[in-house]
Amino acid sequence: MAPAPAGHSIVEKILGRAAGRPVRAGDVATLTVDRAVMLDTTFFFLNQMRREILSVADPDRIVLVFDHEVPAPSALSAAAQSAGRAFAERFGIRRFHDLGRDQGISHVLVSENAHVLPGEVLVGSDSHSQAAGVMNCAARAVTILDLLQAATTGEAWLQLAPTARYDIAGRLSPGVGAMDVFLHLAGQRGDHSGLNLEYGGPGLGSLSIAERRTLATMTTELNADFATFEADDRLLAHVAERADRPFIPVAPDPDAAYAFRHTLELSGIDVMVARPHGMLGNTQPAATTGAQPITQAFIGSCANGSLEDIAAAAQVLKDRRVAPGVRLIVTPASQAIWREALVRGYLAVLAEAGAVVTSATCGACAGGHLGVLGPGDVCVTSSSRNFRGRMGSDRAEIWMSSPATVAASAVAGRICDPRDMLAEDAP
Amino acid sequence: MTGETWTIRGRVWLFGSDLNTDLMMPGAVLFDTEEAQTRALFSGHRPGWADQVRPGDIVVAGRNFGCGSSRPAARSFANLGVACIVADGINSLFLRGCVSYGMPALACPGISGAVAEGDVVTLWPCEARVELLGGAVLKAVSLPADLLRTMRAGGILPALEQRGLISPSGTQG
Repeated sequence: MAPAPAGHSIVEKILGRAAGRPVRAGDVATLTVDRAVMLDTTFFFLNQMRREILSVADPDRIVLVFDHEVPAPSALSAAAQSAGRAFAERFGIRRFHDLGRDQGISHVLVSENAHVLPGEVLVGSDSHSQAAGVMNCAARAVTILDLLQAATTGEAWLQLAPTARYDIAGRLSPGVGAMDVFLHLAGQRGDHSGLNLEYGGPGLGSLSIAERRTLATMTTELNADFATFEADDRLLAHVAERADRPFIPVAPDPDAAYAFRHTLELSGIDVMVARPHGMLGNTQPAATTGAQPITQAFIGSCANGSLEDIAAAAQVLKDRRVAPGVRLIVTPASQAIWREALVRGYLAVLAEAGAVVTSATCGACAGGHLGVLGPGDVCVTSSSRNFRGRMGSDRAEIWMSSPATVAASAVAGRICDPRDMLAEDAP
Repeated sequence: MTGETWTIRGRVWLFGSDLNTDLMMPGAVLFDTEEAQTRALFSGHRPGWADQVRPGDIVVAGRNFGCGSSRPAARSFANLGVACIVADGINSLFLRGCVSYGMPALACPGISGAVAEGDVVTLWPCEARVELLGGAVLKAVSLPADLLRTMRAGGILPALEQRGLISPSGTQG
């Protein structure tokens, strides 16, 4: 007798709707794409090939964001942005984030502005496009060519991996951030190649949307495909404030088939760092790094450029100074976050401490501008990746940590656990 | 996929595990010409390799080949004439790139430990089979026929061009 078919995970249900038929691990399907997120890099690539887009499937399904190099640091970068503006004008792209008031990093903007809604399918050509999975949607990175296919035909191909599930339990201890949860996973659970990750469980509600987005972004660094979050009350409240059209949240089937199911207990997680040149199986508690000296410290990127991240840095930096010999660079993930950080006084605290605050862009994380590392530099960063050469010279070393740990390390001039400074401030 | 013959035979260049796309397309050339990006392939990791590799050669590597950024690194291998990438494991985004840019690639667990640099190996992508020097055969991970067809036909760009969605190269503006 054949076994009863098991149920579907969230991502399988969303992709099944988009494909018009049920899909399971191993299937190749062509899907209708609800959102194709184009970047300045898309138009750099088109310029490089001396090609242009002649037709789009639906301008309202395109989101265009200049984020990698804004403002343009080179003529080639500026030419890419000019081509992008001409494209937006020609095809009437409404969801366009140019330099200015609406500027920011695409992965943050799509959830902050609800460009994508629960149950929808999003593709982007940046590898951290999984970040949108906080919205209870199916979001993944594709190549620039796949993105061009999605924008021009409205469709993309996909080979579906099995889903693994993390049930979040408990809540984070004071001074421990969402980045520490990722570093814990990277250290303890390692590589997740060939899997989609689904996050849910009773502890999910203790994490803000921004904290979840850190986890979703960094799922890319676990080598997983999709990162999809359950739609809990906190997410539905976030969406209800922003949505401009109807949507249907998607829950997993009770008998969903998972590659594995694991409880992610938040309460025991320590303040962590990743050592240079990789994250998987390469982490340790921040307090055990043995006074590792640093020359640069960076807070920003799709991983950790939220208002909460900047608040965490300001809490540490209030009435303190960045150590001599250390450069602290802070890049908010959007100009909306930048403005709110200004209103709340965080930017004044950062600047007074000696941090340099830039406008919103991928910036130093991608090694293109605003904080490129030179030979011999040792950086501690809350950004998304620490591969050799990632932020500039391949003779630089990149350590990774939460924004609070970056801020405390910038003050100390060496990598340290921020909780010691936070304890000094306690009344 | 029976009935279709696709045989690739070439000389092996052997690489390690966890080679990310930042190593294949360093940030320094991210906003540079396609030619400069192609010449920079593994420039930090294995300087000079882009000048040594010959059209028809095969890249063999370990686990998690091509992890990291969505940079068009598969295109650089194709530009250098690499006939196929065979690795113990290939990152799923990089493998997508191999399909979409038309760069033949196969995941074949155990391959990196079974060959030496300079060996000549023979691959049948449609049959997911790799024959080593000396005749031993390894089983590769089967790719769906649709994806193999796209990979072999030069990726998805030709179809977008034929459908009038993307302009031919050199026609911008």
